Amino acid sequence: MSKDQTNQCCCGGNNEQFAKLDEVLVKYEGVKGALIPVLQEAQNVYGYLSKDIITRIGEKLGIATSQIYGVATFYSQFHLKPRGRNIIRVCQGTACHVRGAKAILQALEDNLKISAGSTTPDLKFTLETVACIGACGLAPVLMINDDTHGRLTPEAIPGILAKYA
Amino acid sequence: MEMVNVTIDGQQLEVPKTATVLEAVQRAGIKIPTLCYHPELRPEGACRVCMVEVEGARSLVASCVYPVSDGIVVRTNTAAVREARRMVVELLLANHPPDCFTCARNLNCELQTIAADLGLRKVRFEGERKSIPIDANNPSLVRDQEKCILCGRCIRACSERQGVNVYSFVHRGFNTNVAPAFETGLDEAPCTFCGQCAAVCPTAAIVEKDDTAAVWRAISDPTKHVVVQTAPAVRVALGEALGMGPGSIVTGKMVAALRDLGFDRVFDTDFSADLTIMEEGHEFIGRLSNGGKLPMITSCSPGWVNFIEIMYPDLLDHLSTAKSPQQMFGALVKTYYAEKSGINPKDIVSVSVMPCTAKKAEAAREEMNSSGYQDVDYVLTTRELARMIKAAGIDFSKLAAEQFDAPLGISTGAAVIFGATGGVMEAALRTVAEVVTGKELESLDFHAVRGLTGVREAEVPVGDLKVKVAVAHTLANARKLLDRIRNGQADYHFIEIMACPGGCIGGGGQPYSTSCDIRQKRIDSIYECDQCSSLRKSHENPAIKELYETWLGKPLGEKSHHLLHTHYHQQKRG
Repeated sequence: MSKDQTNQCCCGGNNEQFAKLDEVLVKYEGVKGALIPVLQEAQNVYGYLSKDIITRIGEKLGIATSQIYGVATFYSQFHLKPRGRNIIRVCQGTACHVRGAKAILQALEDNLKISAGSTTPDLKFTLETVACIGACGLAPVLMINDDTHGRLTPEAIPGILAKYA
Repeated sequence: MEMVNVTIDGQQLEVPKTATVLEAVQRAGIKIPTLCYHPELRPEGACRVCMVEVEGARSLVASCVYPVSDGIVVRTNTAAVREARRMVVELLLANHPPDCFTCARNLNCELQTIAADLGLRKVRFEGERKSIPIDANNPSLVRDQEKCILCGRCIRACSERQGVNVYSFVHRGFNTNVAPAFETGLDEAPCTFCGQCAAVCPTAAIVEKDDTAAVWRAISDPTKHVVVQTAPAVRVALGEALGMGPGSIVTGKMVAALRDLGFDRVFDTDFSADLTIMEEGHEFIGRLSNGGKLPMITSCSPGWVNFIEIMYPDLLDHLSTAKSPQQMFGALVKTYYAEKSGINPKDIVSVSVMPCTAKKAEAAREEMNSSGYQDVDYVLTTRELARMIKAAGIDFSKLAAEQFDAPLGISTGAAVIFGATGGVMEAALRTVAEVVTGKELESLDFHAVRGLTGVREAEVPVGDLKVKVAVAHTLANARKLLDRIRNGQADYHFIEIMACPGGCIGGGGQPYSTSCDIRQKRIDSIYECDQCSSLRKSHENPAIKELYETWLGKPLGEKSHHLLHTHYHQQKRG
C-alpha cells in the first residue's frame, strides 16, 4: 500500500458503503471469534479488503490492524487488492497440465496483458490459477465466474473472453 | 499449589500441576535448547528445538508447550531426541544467511550458540532464501527478515509486554514473515522504537541501527571536540557485555574506557537528570498550586513519549514539558558548556550512550535543536559501546576507575536512580517535598515506589497535601493507567511511566539476555549507587546550583523554557 493512500479511502467506497460495513460490524459487536466472518462479509460488500476497511474493522472490533492483516494474508480467500468484475480461474491440475494447461494460461496472459494473480487495469478481469476444479474430463478447463469452459485450445481464448468484455 | 510427580531422565521430582515439561526439566537442572521459548512470554511451540521424549506419546513433543501430568516419564537425551533437534536446527540453517563472521550478532546469537552446542558440522540441505528488503527507514531499528527464524518472540514482546501490537505473522508457508500491518516499515507503523523486539530476538533479524562508525569518525577528526554522556542504566549493565556478572557496577571503568576510546570529555547524563528534577519538580509544584493539568506524567522515556503521541494524543497535555535528561544535556553542551570552555559549538560532536533504542529517534526529532544545532549528534546503545570497547582492544575488567569530567559530570544519587522504574518519581519526591516544605526529609527512601510490580501507587505527604502518585513500567502497564485517566478514574497527582520492563535498566539497547533476575540485580546496583552517593538530592547538586546561579536563572525561567522544555504532537502512524 503506497503512502499517498494512507489518509484517504482507497476502495472508492463512499459513506453509504462504509455504512454497510458498519452494519456488519454492529451485528458482530461483542461476538468472540468474529474476525473471519466480518472479513468475509466485508469482502462480499466491497469485493476486496482495503487498508481503510481493515483499519476500521480493527477499531470497531478492538483487534490490532497488524493481526487482521496477518489473518487476511494467511487465507487465500481474502483479497487485498481490487478484483475484476469477472474472475477467471484457470486450472493447472494434473489432468489439465498434461493436456496443455500451460498454453491456455499463456494465451490468457497474452490476451489480457497481465500475469496470473493480477487484475486488468480496467478492472474487467482477474486472472487466477487453481489446482483442480474437479472437471478433469473437460481438461484443459477454466471457469469464468460460475461458467465452465472445457476442452480449450489457446485459439479459443479470445472468443471466450469477448463474451465477458 | 497442587503438585504432581514427574520423572525426568530417571530423576524423580515434584512439580506444580500447571508446569510445562520444559519447566519441569529446568527444575531438574537439565538444560535443553530453546529458541522460540522466552521465560517471560507466552509459549508458542513454533521452533520445535526443545523436543523431548514422553513415554506413551505418539511422537516427540515440544516441551515448552506440553503440560506435565502425574506420573509422566520424560527423556531429554535419547538418540531420537538428539537427532530430531539437530534436524530442526539444520533445517533452520538451510535458509539462513551463512554470514556469521560479519553478522551483528556474531558470538552473541542464540541460533549460532545452539548450532555450536549441538555440534553441527554440516548443513545437508540448501534451502531457498527469502528476499525481503531490509527495513532501515527509521533512526532506531533495522529489520532483516532473511535472518528471521519465525520464532515470534518479537510479536509476543510487542503485544504482551508492550501492548503495541506492531508485528504479526503475515502470508503463509514459505512466504511467511513477520511484518507490521500492510507490510510497511516501522516508521509508518505505530512503533515506539522501544526496542523490546530487538532485546528478545534470538538472531540479528532485529538490531539497533549501528552508529559506531560515525562516532569513530568523529573521534578521529582532529577538528572535532567530541563529548559523551552516559545514562544511569549503562553503568550497571555494560559489564555484562564485557564478561562481568549481571549488575556489576562499572561506572569508573566505563569512564576510563571512554577516555581510552578518545572522547575529549566524559560527562554524565546524571547531571542533566538532576536538572530534569529541578525543572520537572518545579513544573509539578506549579501545576499543583496553579490548578494545572493533573496528573502530570514524566517524559524521560522516549518510547513512552512515542506511545502517547501515537496512541493517546488526547492526553498529551498531561505530559511534563521537561525534555528528557539526554536532550537537556544535548542542549546545554552546545550552549552552556561551549561558552564556558570557549569552544565553537559547531566543532562539538555530542554523543550519548543509552540503554535505549528509542533515544536514537528522540535525538533525531526535528525540534531537538534548541542550541541552534542538532543537540545530540549520535546515540549509542550500551551494546554498541561494548562493541567499541572490544574493537579498541581495551581490557575492560582490568581498567582502573576514573572520574567523570566536571562540571557536566557532577551528579547526585537522585539522578542515578532514574535508571530504575520508580526512580524518577523518587528523585522528584525528594526535591518536591523539600522545596515545598522548606524542611529536610527524615528519610530519602521512598520504598513504596520501588520494586517490579507493574503498576505501583503511593500516597506521599508533602506539607499539608497527600500527593497521590503512580508508577508504571512497560507500555502494556502504561495503557492501564492511561485508560483510567481517559475514563476519569485516576485521581493521581503525578505519574512516572517507563516504556521498558524494570525501567531503563531493562531497555531495548541493553546487553542481551535480560531476565527478571538480571533486571533485579541491575536495580539493586542502581540503588547501591544512590546509597553510596554523598549527595542524594538533585537540588543539592553543586554543579546544578552553579548552572542556575551563573547562567540559567531559575527553574522554568526563560532560558530553561527555550533550552530544557519541549512540546508534543500527535503522530499519525498505522
